[in-house]
Amino acid sequence: NLRKRFLQLSGNEETISREHLDTIPALAENPIKAQIIEAFFDKRNQRGDEAGAFQEIGFEQFLMVMCHFRPPTLKMTAEEKEAMRKEKLRFLFNMHDTDNDGTITLEEYRKVVEELLSKSGAIGQETAEAIADAAMLEVASTNVPHMAPDEFYEGITFQHFEQILKGLEMESRMNIRFLDVDTTTMRCGRSTS
Amino acid sequence: MPSRSGSQRPPGSGRSSPERGLLLLLLLLVLLPLGDASSAGVGHQEHAGNHTAANGRHNFTKKPFPVLSLDYHHIQTPFEISLWVLLASLMKLGFHLIPRLSNIVPESCLLIVVGLLVGGLIKLAGEKVPPVLDSRLFFLCLLPPIILDAGYFLPIRPFMENIGTILMFAVVGTLWNAFFIGGILYAVCQSQPDLNKLSLLPCLLFGSIVSAVDPVAVLAVFEEIHINELLHILVFGESLLNDAVTVVLYHLFDEYSAAGPVTVLDAFLGVISFLVVALGGVLVGAIYGFLSAFTSRFTSHTRVIEPLFVFVYSYMAYLSAEMFHLSGIMALISCGAVMRPYVEANISHKSHTTIKYFLKMWSSVSETLIFIFLGVATVDGPHSWNWIFVTVTVILCLVARVIGVIGLTYIINNFRIVKLTTKDQFIIAYGGLRGAIAFSLGFLLDDGRFPMREMFLTAIITVIFFTVFVQGMTIKPLVELLAVKKKQEAKRTINEEIHTQFLDHLLTGIEDICGHYGHHHWKDKLNRFNKKYVKKCLIVGERSKEPQLIAFYHKMEMKQAIELVESGGGVKMPSAVPSTVSMQNIQPKKPPPAKSAERSLPQLPKGREEEIRKILRSNLQKTRQRLRSYNRHTLVVDPYEDGFGDLLIKKQKMIELEKKIKEMNNYLTVPAAPPDSPTMCRARLASGRDTDFKPAEQQRGNKICADPQAYSVKQSSDSVPTIQVDLASPQSPDSVNVMDEFRRAKQQQEEEEEYQGLMMKPPQGPSGPNKPGEADTTRDPQKLTRCLSDPGPSADEDEDEPFLS
Repeated sequence: NLRKRFLQLSGNEETISREHLDTIPALAENPIKAQIIEAFFDKRNQRGDEAGAFQEIGFEQFLMVMCHFRPPTLKMTAEEKEAMRKEKLRFLFNMHDTDNDGTITLEEYRKVVEELLSKSGAIGQETAEAIADAAMLEVASTNVPHMAPDEFYEGITFQHFEQILKGLEMESRMNIRFLDVDTTTMRCGRSTS
Repeated sequence: MPSRSGSQRPPGSGRSSPERGLLLLLLLLVLLPLGDASSAGVGHQEHAGNHTAANGRHNFTKKPFPVLSLDYHHIQTPFEISLWVLLASLMKLGFHLIPRLSNIVPESCLLIVVGLLVGGLIKLAGEKVPPVLDSRLFFLCLLPPIILDAGYFLPIRPFMENIGTILMFAVVGTLWNAFFIGGILYAVCQSQPDLNKLSLLPCLLFGSIVSAVDPVAVLAVFEEIHINELLHILVFGESLLNDAVTVVLYHLFDEYSAAGPVTVLDAFLGVISFLVVALGGVLVGAIYGFLSAFTSRFTSHTRVIEPLFVFVYSYMAYLSAEMFHLSGIMALISCGAVMRPYVEANISHKSHTTIKYFLKMWSSVSETLIFIFLGVATVDGPHSWNWIFVTVTVILCLVARVIGVIGLTYIINNFRIVKLTTKDQFIIAYGGLRGAIAFSLGFLLDDGRFPMREMFLTAIITVIFFTVFVQGMTIKPLVELLAVKKKQEAKRTINEEIHTQFLDHLLTGIEDICGHYGHHHWKDKLNRFNKKYVKKCLIVGERSKEPQLIAFYHKMEMKQAIELVESGGGVKMPSAVPSTVSMQNIQPKKPPPAKSAERSLPQLPKGREEEIRKILRSNLQKTRQRLRSYNRHTLVVDPYEDGFGDLLIKKQKMIELEKKIKEMNNYLTVPAAPPDSPTMCRARLASGRDTDFKPAEQQRGNKICADPQAYSVKQSSDSVPTIQVDLASPQSPDSVNVMDEFRRAKQQQEEEEEYQGLMMKPPQGPSGPNKPGEADTTRDPQKLTRCLSDPGPSADEDEDEPFLS
């Protein structure tokens, strides 16, 4: 039960802070631990339009973040599936776009790749940069094929992000099997309205 | 089991004279299969003839020495085998030459028809049709290549993600099918007067034989319809894994059909046996897989036999499993799947290609042969047609499949994240094709214990024909009609790869936060275990530490390099979408000092460099050097983009320049430069260094140069690598860019010394080790002159070297 888990994490308090999540032992091995924890505290992942970060979150916000990982049901129409995919992609986008300027710049993307490779041993920084560069080049080529030599590609916007990850079908992949599905879906549904 | 043709026949039978042999030889060229059957008689004729001649020699005068004689028997068996293989391949060729035929009719149908024709021809000629679909031949020679091909190239990720569903369909579905068909058939038979003697167990045995979905048929049909990955892996996985069930059920009913009623104990033993068969098969396969991976670790000096290890170990896994009556198919699959990641990390690129093509070739030929033989065996086999039995069987197969799929999906959907829709269910049900495995199993039945064997065979063949022809032909239009999702053809991009990895870690993290030890958690644990222990043993050298992302990236770069070279040196852009975007467009506006950032290749370990270099070198020699590569726009300095002739002119200029510089050789002995100066450092480097072609991938000097001093004097910040470019040999397009970038980067910082750490050899052919020293020292005087005076025109020309030879 998510509620129980929340209480367990927070030490029976009403809110959890970053330290609470930091101390989860299983997360220690995870290369992108910092980003994940940050995502919970990111205001953009709540339904409002604010930006910035919380210091502590309550159960409602915790659930809201979890909502992003619910699987599609059989009854969903194509539009609903599309909306759900957008929502999940938005979550990922927010994780990458740390300075909240609406685009993922090369520096941010480099950081992403670096973090991904951080636990894999002594990989040179240049390798991560090179991979990020190539990936960025790919995004640019796919979305804006004809750029003059002196134009500059600012960063990956949300549309471009959607475009390049179209093949991955996020709504089928970015899912967690929750222990009690009904509560979560109910609350997510309620919060949308 | 009757062996193949070549059984003993009295010499008097068959045709009369040896001339027939010659005539048949001519016929062979026209009617290939005809010769196969009839030649059996001829061979023996000749043999008998030779004997009599030999015997006769004692009594009669010496016959003239036979200049040309026909001894067919000597080569009979391999000859016939080759004829069949040739026939199969020619048929395959033929089908693709007829344009529209392959779109309407799946290849398997056509091949069965060809088999029917061939069998018919042989029968018409009055010869005995060779019993080609001999069970031993089938199970030992024809089936393994197909399964190995499937197992080696099995997409592990979707397979593992859906393993629960696949197992459910394979085990429970097959059991349901077998009992349903067997049971209802028994009931029907009891009500019919002529089929009364069919007891329950033979019916169940028949049910188990006919209920297994066949991997060969599924592969053959599904390959052509390009259905989406999920459905493909579901049906295909099911067809592979149900082998264990089929083997157990078959042996169980086979044993007990004679021995009387089956008790509960027997049923219990059956269940145990199933577990043993399945898990044992997987274990045997895994053991051989690890052995093979371990062996491949040491093959760096004998690259030529690498593919052999893969094939032999896999085949031995299959045979070992069959020896213990375990599931050979599962052994093959697990062997291939287990060894693949490790073997591919160890073997050379060429071996990888060899393995891929050999597997595809063998499996393709096998598949073709199986279908042709199926046709031939149909014509040949003793048939006993019983309307009721056959029609009931066909109907029951369909009904059982549909009910089974619907029922199982209903249960499974409760456990799946991505539910299976009705359309999916329909395709899964419709894709349950039966094939040659069922026929071979039926063929294996003992005539004594199963007097209805012929009827069984007829029914099996009818079911096979029905599924392959009717279902195989109509599945494609149905897929179109129902608008089922098709396979995505696009290649995997680096962005997708990055995000797949990212997603994996993200989901694992979320699961950990939720405290829920799901799917991802265990997968992550397995990966970590794999990386920590297993990879170290099985993968040679430093590849074992390479994370997946980087491995993927290297592969992609290799592919692009090869593509670039094969396309004639740059007619095509390396990216899939032709675009004019270059690295320059995405770089941040402020160029960081001395940052060779516009590079898109990470540092490759030496082995990779070698391979890339070799490939490029061997190919670039033939291509025109119009390099529209990543950094087209940074190739600013070279205005001569077109015209090979212009390049030659430049080359000429360089050569002349070199000659001029050589005259200034006496500057070599200027020792006045302090040990720290770039001059001396470079000299040291040049002489001490290996003068091999070091590709441009070497970057960031801190990794390559043994001489730290050379770098400390260069800049305050990042060090600049020293690149030795062997202009005598063709270069990778990327090295071109790098040097351009260097040039540009350098030009941006107008330092006092314009020397840019490039040691370039003039393109004068492989004059070997002397060059760097010479080039270097020739630079020194030049540099000195430059420092002392204004940069002369020669300096610019120097930079402007053609990177082309």
